[in-house]
Amino acid sequence: MTASAIGAPHAAPRRRRNTGKIIRETLFYLAVAIVVLISLFPFYWILRTSLLSNYQVSQGVGGANGVIPSHLSFSAWKNVFTQDGFLTPLRNSLIVALACTAVTVVVASMAGYALARLRIRGVALILGFILLAGFFPVLAMIGPLFLLMRHLGILDNIYPLIIIYTVYTLPISTWLLKNFFEQIPSELEDAALTDGATRLQALRKVVIPVAVPGVFTAAILSFILAWNDFAFAVAFLTSPDKFTAPLAITTFGESQFQVFYNLIDAAVVIISIPIALIVLFAQRRIVSGLTAGSFR
Amino acid sequence: MAADAEQATTAGRPATAGRPARRRGPAPVGHARQRNDRRLGYVLVAPVLVLLLAVTAYPLVFNLWNSFHYDNLTFANSPHNFVGLRNYRTALTTAGWLPSLERTLIFTAVTIVFDIVVGLALALMLHRKFRGRALLRAAVLISWAVPTVVSAMLWKTMFDPRTGFVDYFLGALHPAWSSLTWLNASVARSWVAIFVADSWKNIPFVAIILLAGLQVIPNEVYEAAKIDGANWWQSFRRVTLPLLKPALSVALIFRTLQALLVFDIIYVMTGGGPGTSTEVLAYLNFKYFIINTDFGVGGAMSIMLVVLALIVSAIYVRAFRPQAAR
Repeated sequence: MTASAIGAPHAAPRRRRNTGKIIRETLFYLAVAIVVLISLFPFYWILRTSLLSNYQVSQGVGGANGVIPSHLSFSAWKNVFTQDGFLTPLRNSLIVALACTAVTVVVASMAGYALARLRIRGVALILGFILLAGFFPVLAMIGPLFLLMRHLGILDNIYPLIIIYTVYTLPISTWLLKNFFEQIPSELEDAALTDGATRLQALRKVVIPVAVPGVFTAAILSFILAWNDFAFAVAFLTSPDKFTAPLAITTFGESQFQVFYNLIDAAVVIISIPIALIVLFAQRRIVSGLTAGSFR
Repeated sequence: MAADAEQATTAGRPATAGRPARRRGPAPVGHARQRNDRRLGYVLVAPVLVLLLAVTAYPLVFNLWNSFHYDNLTFANSPHNFVGLRNYRTALTTAGWLPSLERTLIFTAVTIVFDIVVGLALALMLHRKFRGRALLRAAVLISWAVPTVVSAMLWKTMFDPRTGFVDYFLGALHPAWSSLTWLNASVARSWVAIFVADSWKNIPFVAIILLAGLQVIPNEVYEAAKIDGANWWQSFRRVTLPLLKPALSVALIFRTLQALLVFDIIYVMTGGGPGTSTEVLAYLNFKYFIINTDFGVGGAMSIMLVVLALIVSAIYVRAFRPQAAR
């Protein structure tokens, strides 16, 4: 990417002001266009491929099946639900991601509040451990958890994933909510406390309502992180009706003779839609959540 | 916090007499409240600790135990005898952990340098106010937010000679490039495809972290540099980069650990192939656990992986601490 163009705002004009400025602006917008193209063109391409018929896919790219195909077909979109039963994995993913988000929000709010306000001993130690847990190698957890789940007879079951996925969601959510609670002026609860409320009443009636934006941000990030897991799903789930959506798409479209990318890509588009919607509606929240407290 | 002030205000009051709403006796005040607060604090923190210990500390200890014992489900009836360091020796020799380590380290080094440089350029773009900035930010965020598997499947499609656009566009440049096989044919091209999928997914993350870092740099610093006659490059080198160090270190730590543990993309795109040439540490570990069901050697690999992650984190923490303290 053209670094000179990117830096344009701070550059001191050297030659004639106007021509230089126009060139720089053009280069800048060119760079923006390239980035947008690189980010979005692959999505266009999978959408395009998902709308091809099996015959068109076997023909390869080019001619009538160029960048803009001359003929569209919805067969892959139909087949991915009927023949491949994509609804079940979607439902499984939704159950696990939503349940994990709910658990995370409750547990992380409690811990975040305690760490921010209740002057417990060892706050630094606890926060350090939570951060470290967020960096723990996921693949190193798989063996022992596999043995444990096998022993308990809960392999090939989506519900244990709700607990396991908290390793993705809890570290970032707890940190985020702890920072969030710290920013809420403590006078609010103090007033409630002097009026005779207990801590828990103050938390429930005064703090939580004010903290809704922070909790919401934690929920969005948790949902994305839980929705996106692949490693645990591929290690613990074996029957197709137990698959989560990310695992299911890796098994679609493989026939003996050819890979039917139209089927795969229809599933890829479908699985990306919830995420794309979340991003479009909660851009600012996601950005602030990702960066909150990361270097304060 | 305001506990002292709180004490002062509450202690003077008669224990809030005549409040019928309370059912469990008077609300504690002063030291009693502090003690109660602390007790409540431990109760509130406990669930997060229990959950995280269950999914990290438990596997860690179990792996440590397994790594010194024989435990292979394929031969489930064999006794789980103590075998000393044999699992570690197997991991380091026949199981191919060292070549895998080399691959992983090279991949990590290349990706983090590339991700940070391009991510910084992207962050500078996003930092500027211009028409279409929201579109750029949304476009960038979406590729970060979709599952890694989506990125992997998507680029698997793109690099497929019959279905993707890569060979289609390359073929327009040179006829010989119109039907290149990328995945599982050539080692170099497999890595290129993996690298593209990984960067496309992860550069946005770097850009967002760095953007937040750019936004907290006060504008006055740039004004001052400008008054002192600094050109763009000078103010970038002397003002932006030093002030961006905290954000850069965060991005670097996250990306390094993510790259060291890369798994999803490898599993989906190459399955470690061609041969074993893209088997990274995490993939090898997965193979030993789930495919070979050898929890002894797999455990040894996991312990080494955790130690590696700890060493890398420690290096970063040490490298960045002086700046953070300043």
